[in-house]
Parts: sequence; C-alpha cells; structure tokens
Amino acid sequence: MSCSSKFVYSKDYATYRFSDDHPFNQMRVELTCDLLKDSGALKDEDIVSPRYATEEELALFHSREYIEAVKKASVGDLSEEEGFEFGIGTEDTPMFEGMHEASSLIVGSTLSAIDEVMEGRTDHSLNLGGGLHHGFERRASGFCIYNDGAVGIKYLQKKYNQRVMYVDTDAHHGDGVQWAFYGDPDICTFSIHETGRYLFPGTGYVNERGLKEGYGYAFNLPIDAFTEDESFLDVYESAFKKIAAYFKPDIIVSQNGADAHFYDPLTHLCSTMKIYERIPALTHELAHKHCGGKWVALGGGGYDIWRVVPRAWAQLWKVMKDQAPFQGELPAAWLEKWEPEAPFSLPHTWHDPDGSYKKIPRKPEITEKNAKTLKAAMQFINNQIHYN
Amino acid sequence: MLVEEMMTTEVHTLTTEDTIEDALKTLNTYQIRHIPIVDEDMYVVGIVSDRDVRDASPSVFERDSDLSELSNNLGSIMTTEVITVHPLGFIEEVANIFYDNEIACVPVTRNNRLVGIITEKDLLYTLIQLTGTNVQSSQIEVKVPNRPGMLPGVVNIVGKRKLNLTSILVYPYKPDSNYKVVVFRVQTMNPYPMIEDLRNSEYEVLWPKEPGMSQ
Repeated sequence: MSCSSKFVYSKDYATYRFSDDHPFNQMRVELTCDLLKDSGALKDEDIVSPRYATEEELALFHSREYIEAVKKASVGDLSEEEGFEFGIGTEDTPMFEGMHEASSLIVGSTLSAIDEVMEGRTDHSLNLGGGLHHGFERRASGFCIYNDGAVGIKYLQKKYNQRVMYVDTDAHHGDGVQWAFYGDPDICTFSIHETGRYLFPGTGYVNERGLKEGYGYAFNLPIDAFTEDESFLDVYESAFKKIAAYFKPDIIVSQNGADAHFYDPLTHLCSTMKIYERIPALTHELAHKHCGGKWVALGGGGYDIWRVVPRAWAQLWKVMKDQAPFQGELPAAWLEKWEPEAPFSLPHTWHDPDGSYKKIPRKPEITEKNAKTLKAAMQFINNQIHYN
Repeated sequence: MLVEEMMTTEVHTLTTEDTIEDALKTLNTYQIRHIPIVDEDMYVVGIVSDRDVRDASPSVFERDSDLSELSNNLGSIMTTEVITVHPLGFIEEVANIFYDNEIACVPVTRNNRLVGIITEKDLLYTLIQLTGTNVQSSQIEVKVPNRPGMLPGVVNIVGKRKLNLTSILVYPYKPDSNYKVVVFRVQTMNPYPMIEDLRNSEYEVLWPKEPGMSQ
C-alpha cells in the first residue's frame, strides 16, 4: 500500500503547562519526537509546522463567553469566582499565563493536520499535541481547555462537508467529543475506555447511543479495570470493524491517548505495548478500506511520560508511515540522553517483556464481562442488520 | 428531598365514566403507565395501571374478538383505596411505599385534591443524582471504623486538596459490621494526591486498588 504521512509538531506545545507538578506534561511529545529522530523514522520533510486556531474557528464548537473567559484567565484578569462557572481555576485545569494562546496552538495544530489531508498533501497526518477530549462547549475539565477534536470535526463538516468517524482509545471516556455530536447523525463517535464506575469522568456507558436524529451514532465500550491486551484488542477490533462498515465514514479522526498501559498512574487497565502497535494498524486498514486512506490521528492522555508515551506514540507514527512497527532495542542515543533525567529506569526494548506486571486473578471473568459489553454495544447495529 | 421537588405536575387523568378504550389511548399517547381517576373536584377516586387495562382488553389471540369490552367504563376496573402522598412528603417515604406495597406510582394530593404524580422513574432519577454519576467525577471507596468522627476525618482530607465533592454515600461493610464504607465522588481526573493522603491516614482505601490485588 503506497501512502503518505505528515507529522505536525511545534516545540511550543510545551507552553500548554498548568504547573510543574501537574500530571499533564507535553514534554512527552518532545520525548517522542526525539525518540523517532534517533530511530531514523522522522525526517525534517515529514514535519509540518502548525498554525494557531482563530477565535472564529474555536467558536465552531466553544461558546464566545467561554473563549472570553479563557482569554481573561490567560492574562490573569479572571477572578476565581468568575472562573468557577467555566471550570477554569480548578485542580484539574488551573489558570496559567498564556493559556489561551497555548490552547489555540493545540487546536490550530489539529486544523493543520486536517488541512494536510483534505487539501491532498498527504493521506494521513498526526498531531500528538491534540486529543484533548474532555473540553466542553463552555467548560474546561479533565486537563482540557479547548477541545481540538470537537473543533476539528466541526471544521471538517463545515469546510469540507465530511462525514466523520471519531474513534477514541484513551483510557478515559471521550465525553467532550461525544456530547458535542450526540444529536448529529453525520458524526459517529466510538470510545473504548475503562468503565466509568470508578474512573473519571464516570460516563461512557453502553446505553449512551445518541439522541434523536443522532441515535445510533454514538458507541461506547466501557471495559473492566485490569483488562489485558488480549481482551482489549478482541473487543476493540470487532467493534471498530463493525461500526466503520455500518457508518461508512468519509474520514477517520482517531484520539490516541496512551494511558491504558499497566504503568499509567491514573488508570487501572493492564495493556502493554502490544495494543499501541495494533491500534494504529487497524485504523490504517479501515481508513484505506472505507475512506480512501483519509485519517487524522491525535494524541490524548498518557501520564507515564517516560516509560510509556514515547514508545507508544513513536509506534503510532511508525505504523502510520510504513506499517512496520519498531522491533527490538530502543536507540542507545535516546536512552543515554534521557535516562539520567527520568525518575525511573527506562525500558530498553520496544516491547514489554512477558510477566511485566502481576498476574490478574480475575482474568476469565474480566474477559467474559468485556465480551458481554461488546455484545450490548453492538446490539443496535445487529438489530439493523437483522430487521432492515 | 421533598416530594414536591421531584413530582410531575402535568398529570393525565380520566374519570370513572371514561372507557377502557380512552384509557388505552391515553397510555399510548403519553407513553405512561398509570392514570389517576378523578371526580369533578380533582379528588382521586381510583387509579388504573397499564396492566389493569390490558387485563380488561380482548385477548390478542382471539380473532374476531368482541370489541365491546373496550367500551366498559373505568369505574369497573380501577383500583380504589388509592395510596397517595403529600407534596411535603419525603423521597425516602415514597421509596418505602413502593417497596412495601409493590407498586410503582403514587398520586400526590393536597387537601385531597390531585396536584402531581411520582413514579419509579422519578425515584431512579433522584438516585442517580444522589450518587453523583451524572457529573464528571472519579469514585473513591474508603473503609472506616463504625464510630463517630470518621466522616469529618475523610472529608477533611478531601477538602485539604481543594477538591469538589459531587456526592457522598455511606454503606454497611458486609463482612464486618464494625466497619462502614464511605463512597464518594470528586470532580477531578487526578484523585491520586488525595488518595495518597488517605492511605497515609488511619483509613483503608478499598478503591482504587493496585493491579494484581485480589478484588
């Protein structure tokens, strides 16, 4: 298969930083970029410099009032009281200087990635700075200020008249994007995530299927805590293939959070590097099958920025670019440079060795439960096939 | 929470002289399952459920069945001695009435006149609000000794981290009645600093668990 890919990147992603000890740290994008360069898989000609989103573009999804509030917070003019209504100034999304610009760059990067694909300069594009799926129309939450995915999909609809399939493999439910298009039959959202029984944001149940005209265009696969590779990939592949065949999108937008790994400190799933090879391979396959290759991939969560995110996202780019994931050892140059900075000893291979985490005692039950959840999630499509 | 805060005030009613056919239409049109039967002063004289109406309708298995049964009046099938509640009644009271009487709906009356209705759906909605699962949040479970002063201790730890609590519930701890389980939801994606504080205190955190621990 001959196809091309672009990597949208700016050093300024690092300006999206709430505080020194906040778990959301865009340094992971730099670590990934560096790992790719040391592996010889990222060349200067692959890289596209992003633009900033305009206020007009942000307003495709966000309310003007909210944008005004973020702008005020950005220059230190928003009181704690005023911020409360918009979720700005909380522990998760504190105010910081320049937050409007930093967040506009994230959105602009997603728009740049979209333009690369839609203007025919490439088949696939990647913006690892994006994927901030918890941003709401008029509220910041879950480390997200502006929701680049939601703005990007509105932009795809308005400017390019596309039917979009959004697929979200972050360990947290992609609630902001789901609610943004909950009543829209031209946008299909699909999120696989750790069940919201305990984990933020708490939503993403199977029965959230969309509203009115949009009913049957939202899909959720909430999997059990401690789910491992096999069960994750089994239910994910089955669902994604079925939904894509049913919806027949013009383009796929994927959110590729890397927080379902057993090392991730914020979630309770037990995936290894295996899923981060398979997830992009499947998106690639389905983008070619249904969309003539059109695929925009975004970053997302990922809170072990040393041991997990660089490897996972480097594989995402590698699979996007030439469908041949890295094997064996990590480049020595990268390890030498970064190991002294890391608070843990770093893995030296692309794959996680067997037995990296403690055996999960309830594995058969978890597998059975996830299979049942898949069945419930696919019920709507199965009914359509049977009765129409 | 008071009944008047959760009741539906637009009630679809019929009279004893209306027919079973009228009741069928009302149930279907408004997608409801209970119809209070009232007199001209809005006194509740009976109630008819979808099951009462079905029982009194011709069987779907009989072809050419006699449709005249549909013209019988509701006075002949309604349940009398209707259990009602007052607008100032409590949600807990309604839950008890539903549970003890195995019913799913009560009319709300003031001075014996119908002013609203409460169904099991309203009750479930209240439960969802009580658990706080309708708001973005993370859930934490803590096991505490069953004695005074425990809840303030837990809440203090949450408060120190400036986290907003969306709900808090206390359950019995089944294996040992000397303990209770405090379940709360906080509006954050990163509850871990607070969980660390809880672990360092006298309380036992039941969830979140480390992977590989027995559940």
